[in-house]
Amino acid sequence: MPGAAVLDLRIREKRFTGARPLPVLRDVHFRAAPGEVVALLGRSGAGKSTLLRIALGLDRAFDGGVKLAHGRVGVVFQEPRLLPWLTVAENLRLVVTEGVPEPDIPALLAAVGLEDAASRRPGELSLGMARRAAVARALAVDPALLVLDEPFVSLDRRLASGLGALLTLRARRQRTLVLVAMHDVEHALAIADRILVLHGAPAGLAADFAVPARDDVAGVARVRGALLHRFAFLAAEEPGPGAAADPALASGGRA
Amino acid sequence: MIGMPAELPLAPGLRDDAVAAPKRTVAGLRDRALSLLVLLAVWWIGARLAASPQLLPSPEQVLAVFLRLLRSGDLPFNIAITLARVAVAFGLAMVVGSVLGYLAGRSARFDAVIDPWLTVGLNLPVLVVIVLAYIWIGLNDLAAVLAVAIAKTPTVVVTIREGARAFDPQLDDLAIIYRLSRRRRLRRVALPQLAPYLAAAGRSGLSITWKIVLMVELLGRPNGVGFELNLQFQNFDVAGILAYGLSFAAIMLVVEATLLQPWERRANAWRCRA
Repeated sequence: MPGAAVLDLRIREKRFTGARPLPVLRDVHFRAAPGEVVALLGRSGAGKSTLLRIALGLDRAFDGGVKLAHGRVGVVFQEPRLLPWLTVAENLRLVVTEGVPEPDIPALLAAVGLEDAASRRPGELSLGMARRAAVARALAVDPALLVLDEPFVSLDRRLASGLGALLTLRARRQRTLVLVAMHDVEHALAIADRILVLHGAPAGLAADFAVPARDDVAGVARVRGALLHRFAFLAAEEPGPGAAADPALASGGRA
Repeated sequence: MIGMPAELPLAPGLRDDAVAAPKRTVAGLRDRALSLLVLLAVWWIGARLAASPQLLPSPEQVLAVFLRLLRSGDLPFNIAITLARVAVAFGLAMVVGSVLGYLAGRSARFDAVIDPWLTVGLNLPVLVVIVLAYIWIGLNDLAAVLAVAIAKTPTVVVTIREGARAFDPQLDDLAIIYRLSRRRRLRRVALPQLAPYLAAAGRSGLSITWKIVLMVELLGRPNGVGFELNLQFQNFDVAGILAYGLSFAAIMLVVEATLLQPWERRANAWRCRA
């Protein structure tokens, strides 16, 4: 793992609050470095979103600790969470710290295929477009850590591949740590440097695979085999965009 | 690079057509004008049947009194004084009520502290507030304006508190993660969510405020529309009462239609534009 950790997460236990607080996560420890793309896999309801909320500092009611290196955090939630009274460009400007030079908003929007949407309001966008606007907003803060919760849902194959390429490119060039919760193992193998699997009840970190370079076909196949052997449920997930066959990823993808 | 598909369906959940206000059509305006004419006709016929200008003067008799009061300057003077009291009391109630309501909506602890005060304030008869203000502060404009503001503030607090409680917690998360400054958070995230509630509090607030101001003037001021109404009542001058009452009500309707309603529409514009 090169360089100092951007994120150091130690969850001894996280329980949902309520009349009968059930443990949802137990013994989840990992560190991640700048420039890494870390895919977080697990069944629906395994606690992926809960883990991301803890990493983002939104949930502090857990036993453990989270350390974040200096720098901004960008986030793409499952819902776009754009402010509906602001235009797309204003939504991007909103998150940029006052006094800091404004990022190139047209370029950010162009990177997600929304160059014509700057002056539109979120209510005028499709869900897929709104999600891409949320990605552009997360990039507008030039994040050291970019957290995405199921960003490929509701995107078609081409858009999902393009977004995967954008994330890997971002990690390579700007040394951004990308932490992405997803459910499609093939897509994870295509974009991630590491694959973490949350599994069990309560869920723990059941696996932490380093994914070999993409041209190491045999190595990737070995990881795929190991993942599917240990976590049969991953094979049952819907097939994703199959990034290996997509030229978009080859151009912006992994080393 | 992510390409944009040629045609994307619009997500139904992102639209909110239900809040779009019905447009005022020409037919609607004609119906309103007709309705007003019918009211005038009923009044005119009633006046003819009553055959007593003292009990129920006809529209043209009221108009004559209105013109006389207008020319003498009494009507503009008293209306201006009342409007000034309404403006100050309304502004005070809106500012104080909005701040308290926002805090109560955002902090359960503050809400617990303020809630008993609100219960008392909402249930205390306005007349008691007015009389006590005059006794404790004196028969002056400060007492008059404060009494109106105190009477109105609890309803503003309750409305704004509802608005602050209805804030979208998902946007709060966003504000935390992106470290929005307090000012930006208030201006860009909180106020737009609060705007419909502010507009509702403003509209209901104005109509209640001016009615309370008339009562305050009737009880303890030497001028203003409320004082004049009392004077006309003592003289049993129904034409004068109607001239003052109707002209002031008309002005308040104009204020609502030209200031508050456009502001409310603007505050909700993003909902309708989707």
